[in-house]
Amino acid sequence: MNDSSPYIALDRVSQVFTTTDRDRVEALADVSVSVRRNEFVAVVGPSGCGKSTLLRIVAGLLQPSAGSVQIAGREVVEPHDDIGIVFQRPTLLAWLRVIDNVLFPLVHKYGRTDAGQRLHAEALLATMGLEAFANRMPDELSGGMQQRVALARALVQDPHILLMDEPFSALDALTRDIMALEVLRVWEERPKSVIFVTHSIPEALLLSDRVVVMTARPGRIAEVVDVNLARPRGLATMGDPLFNELSQRLRAHILGTIPAVA
Amino acid sequence: MKRIFRSSGWWPPLVTLATIAVLWQGSCQLFQIPPYLLPSPGNIVTAAQSLSVGQWFGDFIATMVVVILGYLLAIAVSIPLAVLLTASRLLSQTVVPLLVIVQSTPIVAIAPIIVVTLGAGVLPRVLITCLITFFPLVVSTTTGLRATPPELIELSRSLRAPRYREYTQIRLLYAIPYIFSALRISVTLAVIGAVVAEFVAAQEGLGYLILFSTSQLHVAMAFAALVVLVSSSLALYGIVTLLQGLLFPWSVPKRALP
Repeated sequence: MNDSSPYIALDRVSQVFTTTDRDRVEALADVSVSVRRNEFVAVVGPSGCGKSTLLRIVAGLLQPSAGSVQIAGREVVEPHDDIGIVFQRPTLLAWLRVIDNVLFPLVHKYGRTDAGQRLHAEALLATMGLEAFANRMPDELSGGMQQRVALARALVQDPHILLMDEPFSALDALTRDIMALEVLRVWEERPKSVIFVTHSIPEALLLSDRVVVMTARPGRIAEVVDVNLARPRGLATMGDPLFNELSQRLRAHILGTIPAVA
Repeated sequence: MKRIFRSSGWWPPLVTLATIAVLWQGSCQLFQIPPYLLPSPGNIVTAAQSLSVGQWFGDFIATMVVVILGYLLAIAVSIPLAVLLTASRLLSQTVVPLLVIVQSTPIVAIAPIIVVTLGAGVLPRVLITCLITFFPLVVSTTTGLRATPPELIELSRSLRAPRYREYTQIRLLYAIPYIFSALRISVTLAVIGAVVAEFVAAQEGLGYLILFSTSQLHVAMAFAALVVLVSSSLALYGIVTLLQGLLFPWSVPKRALP
C-alpha cells in the first residue's frame, strides 16, 4: 500500500444520540479525517467533544448516524479485530495473572493460545519492563503498571491499528510522562496507525505526527496541526523551540473553542 | 460489617455468649422462672440429653437435606436466570415483575398451599426453601453481571468473540463477589425456609422438633433444637465464606497489599 494514501478514512461522520427524554445530542458533526498507515494522530479537545465516540466509530462498535468510515479501503460496518484498544481505566481482569491478562484477547477470541503466542506476550511484557510481574495478580500492581499491562493486551494480536482513549488520564503527572515515553518507544519499535485521544497538549505534541483539534457540542474538527518535530523523539523534544510554538498555538486554539473563555 | 466478622477472633463472641449464659442461668434460678416459660441453660442441656445422639442426628440430617437441596436448587435456577435477564431486555421486562410478585408473597402463607398441591414429602419442603432463597441470588447476580465495566464488553465485541464467552470469561467472573455475598445471605435464608416448611408439613427435622416440643410445653427441648439450628446456620455461612476464599481467592478483599 502507498504510504501516503489514507489507511483509516472518516468521511463526513456525524453521530446523534437520542437520550431517554427524547433530547437529541449531537456528539459529532461532519467529521472528516484520515490516518495514514503507521501514522500517529492525536485528538485533543475539551470534554464532551465526542472524542470517545469517534474512537468507537472507528472500532466499528458504533455505527455513525451519517457518513462512513473506511479502513484499508473497506467500509466499516461491524467491529473488526485488527484493532487494539486502550481505555482510560486499565480494566484488567482481577482473576487472571498479568500474563493471562495480556493473552486474554486471544483466549477470548479463539478459546486457546499456543506456545508462540505465550512467548510473544512475554516479550511484550519485557518491552514494558514488566517481565518480573508476569505471574502477579493485577491488584498487586500500581496504576501505571496496570495501564502498561492494558497496553500489552492491546498489542498482543499485533494489530495494525491502535486506539487509545485518554489512556493516561487516571495516572499521576509523573507516571503520565513515563507512560508517554513508553508509548513512543513501543510505537517506534512496532509502528502502527494510532489514534490517541488526550486532554494533554504536551502529550499530543510529544507523540503524534498530526494533532486534530476538536470543538465541543457538536464535536467538529477545528484544525489539524502537523507536528514536524524530528524523530526519534524523547524528553529533549520538549525543549525544541518548535514544540513551544506548536504548544502555544494549540492552546490558543483549544481555549478559543470554549465560548466562555473566548 | 465484613471487618467486624473478620478481624475479631473467636474469643470475644465466646466470652459474650458465656456471660449471657451465666446471667441467664442466674436470673432463672434467682427469680424461679418456670421452665415452660423460660428454661435455663441447665434445663436446655438436660432436655438435649434426653434425646439420643442418633435421634438428634436424624432430625439434623432431615433438616439439612431440605436446606441443601433447596439451596442448590435455588442456585441452579437463579444464576442461569440472572444471565438470561442480563442478556435479554425483553425477558427482563417480562420476568422481573413476576419475580417481584413471588418475592412479595409471604412464603409462610403459601407454604400450606404448596403442601396441599405437592403432598407431604421432601419435595414441597425443598420448593419452599428454594422460594425463600432464590430472590436475593437472582437480584445480586444480575447486579454483578450488569456492573461489568462497559470497556470489557466493548473489548469482547471488538474481538468478535462468541457471545457466550462474554458471560463465561467476563461477566460471570466479574459477578463472583456479588454472587458470593448473596450466597452467604441465602444459606441462612435456606435454614429459615426449611424450618418454615417443617412447621407446615413434616414428621421429622429440627423445625418439627420445635413445633412438637412446644405443643407439649417442653420449651427446653425447643430451645435445644434452636441452638442446633443456629449453629448449623452459622457453620453453613462459614463454609460458604471458606469456599469463596478457596475457589476465588482474588475476589476476597485484601486487608493490606503485600
